[in-house]
Amino acid sequence: MAGLELLSDQGYRLDGRKATELRKVQARMGVFAQADGSAYLEQGNTKALAVVYGPHEIRGARSRALHDRAIINCQYSMATFSTAERKRRPHGDRKSTEMSLHLKQTFEAAVLTQLYPRSQIDIYVKILQSDGGNYSVCVNAATLAVIDAGIPMRDYVCACTVGFVDETSLADLCYAEESGGVSSLALALLPRGGQIALVQMDARLHQDHLDTLIEAAMTACKGVSKVLDQVVRQHLQEGSTLRE
Amino acid sequence: MAAGKQRRAQTVPELPRPQHLLRGLRLTAGPPQPEIHTMKETPLSACERDFILKAIEEKKRLDGRQTYDYRKIKISFGTDYGCCFVDLGQTRVMAQVSCELVAPKESRPNEGIMFFNIELSPLASPAFEQGRQSELSVKLNRQLERCLRNSKCIDTESLCVVSGEKVWQIRVDVHMLNNDGNLMDASSIAAIAALCHFRRPDVAVQGEEVTVYSPEERDPIPLSIYHMPISVSFSFFQQGTYLLVDPCEREERVMDGLLMIAMNKHREICSIQSSGGIMLLKEQVMRCSKIASVKVSEITELISKALMNDKTARKAGGRCGFAESMPQERITALKVDETPVETADVTEKASGIIKEAEAPPPTAPSPVVPVPGVGQVGLGLQNTWGVEEEEELEEFSSGDDVEEVTKMEEDERKNTKDDVVEILDSEEEEVVILHPEKPQKAENVKSSFHQKGAPSSKKKTKQKP
Repeated sequence: MAGLELLSDQGYRLDGRKATELRKVQARMGVFAQADGSAYLEQGNTKALAVVYGPHEIRGARSRALHDRAIINCQYSMATFSTAERKRRPHGDRKSTEMSLHLKQTFEAAVLTQLYPRSQIDIYVKILQSDGGNYSVCVNAATLAVIDAGIPMRDYVCACTVGFVDETSLADLCYAEESGGVSSLALALLPRGGQIALVQMDARLHQDHLDTLIEAAMTACKGVSKVLDQVVRQHLQEGSTLRE
Repeated sequence: MAAGKQRRAQTVPELPRPQHLLRGLRLTAGPPQPEIHTMKETPLSACERDFILKAIEEKKRLDGRQTYDYRKIKISFGTDYGCCFVDLGQTRVMAQVSCELVAPKESRPNEGIMFFNIELSPLASPAFEQGRQSELSVKLNRQLERCLRNSKCIDTESLCVVSGEKVWQIRVDVHMLNNDGNLMDASSIAAIAALCHFRRPDVAVQGEEVTVYSPEERDPIPLSIYHMPISVSFSFFQQGTYLLVDPCEREERVMDGLLMIAMNKHREICSIQSSGGIMLLKEQVMRCSKIASVKVSEITELISKALMNDKTARKAGGRCGFAESMPQERITALKVDETPVETADVTEKASGIIKEAEAPPPTAPSPVVPVPGVGQVGLGLQNTWGVEEEEELEEFSSGDDVEEVTKMEEDERKNTKDDVVEILDSEEEEVVILHPEKPQKAENVKSSFHQKGAPSSKKKTKQKP
């Protein structure tokens, strides 16, 4: 922490980005043939794979069925090789369960579940390489996968993790910045209406800075949404040209 | 052919066994296992839900609180250091802090370890199951961890004894004793109060030797706490239109989503977490943070005062602890207020009352024989056979020896005549002599009257020709 300068005097971060710059986003949709929808998304060095099955009949406990809408079942896991130290328990530990709950909550707000009563939509996300901003990358990947599956949503769900250092907001944190004790805020946004599907913040931040931080997060999310939109349009164009 | 047969056999689908029948059967022999009965909580009825939502629209809450009001918070400490009970209205939570010397984590060799654990047991609510890892349990655990650990409220470096070998592991166990909504806030208050109250054993390091002193040898020392993060929960209703602070259990069942903001009194936000499928706007989050800062300063005041009270009580040698803090709630004396009674002119009043009183009812001296075969002993014993009353009375109209009985009968006739007047109000035209006291018998007699009516009509028909 003493040697790492998260924001240099010239305004450059550890990886050479400026404060409001996002990492490079590369995405592919329709990665797997078997699943109803799938997507692979890279944001800098963080790589995530998302797969969607559904809407289908509820498996397992029929009692969970809701009479007027679909239930969304999310599972988040990290590959054992995704972190610097080998992960001993990829599933079932508290952090994964919490992350799955957050993903479920995010997509319940965005997906038009009223169109599929008594059915279930499964979203599985796996982190292949973790370099900060795990939640945000998962949400972005899952959005693309849900679009690939053809499930209607209110809007793109875009997420971004921002941090606050030296009175400046840093957009899209990497692992070194996250673990450096920076107060990080993860935000999942529906850009068109400016509605926040999920907000999560750790570490101390003075109340006066909250406004600027949320603003920075929303701007970053809107930037991500533009990229995702471009990816989706390109995928559709490729698909339609192939059919011709 | 055989292969074909096999294929056919395989394609016969296995019928799913009805689960409800299987539950009673024990298909394998084995030692009888204790049955774990889990109870589901009663579902909320639609009208109750509508009622609560409508009341919230009119800015009314079930217990009469205002929108931003907390319930009554009561903080008490146990006899051991590090034990804290918190009552938030009816929600009851207990936190216990304990410490242990362990090896540190490899990535952080000179920092102590903080471990948080929230236990949800059926003790608190029938909705909680015995096993762990329900969604709510994970959510609460993670929220408490993020609120207290990530905000670095405790100086973990001071917990180091020997760098790389021995550090203190501080373990906070929070148990839910009663669930009436808003477990998160109650847990955070209990956890931080318990941590402030806790004393760890004193340790001395001399070169290679490490001595841990017991509480009798040296006074235990408190933990070094930088700040007290406290969480405030906001519940949203009707897609974010209405907001309530500190939801009770009923309101929690009806809410759309929850926003938890943890802050300390220096107006630093320690954690924000939104849950439930609601969509918030930035302005709502900002407004909630402002409300939270006010509430947190009030609650921090309460905790400091409670800690101070406990400190003075211990110093004074007074009794402290959980048993003392429980309200007695028993009736120790039944006190009746004395009503003054005027006894000045009691004698005059008494004699006046006696004069105006009627003569005491006469007592029947001996059994009376009205009719051969029928005896009557005592007062007021009337023949309950309604049918024979008429015959009896007809016989009485001829002279009688016992005056009292005639008097009684006359009274009865008078009474029956009164009754008869009442009966005339009803539809019946023919008068029937009834027993004066029992109106049900009027019905009986009426029915018998109908029966009588039948033969009487018959009589009439007979008489005609």
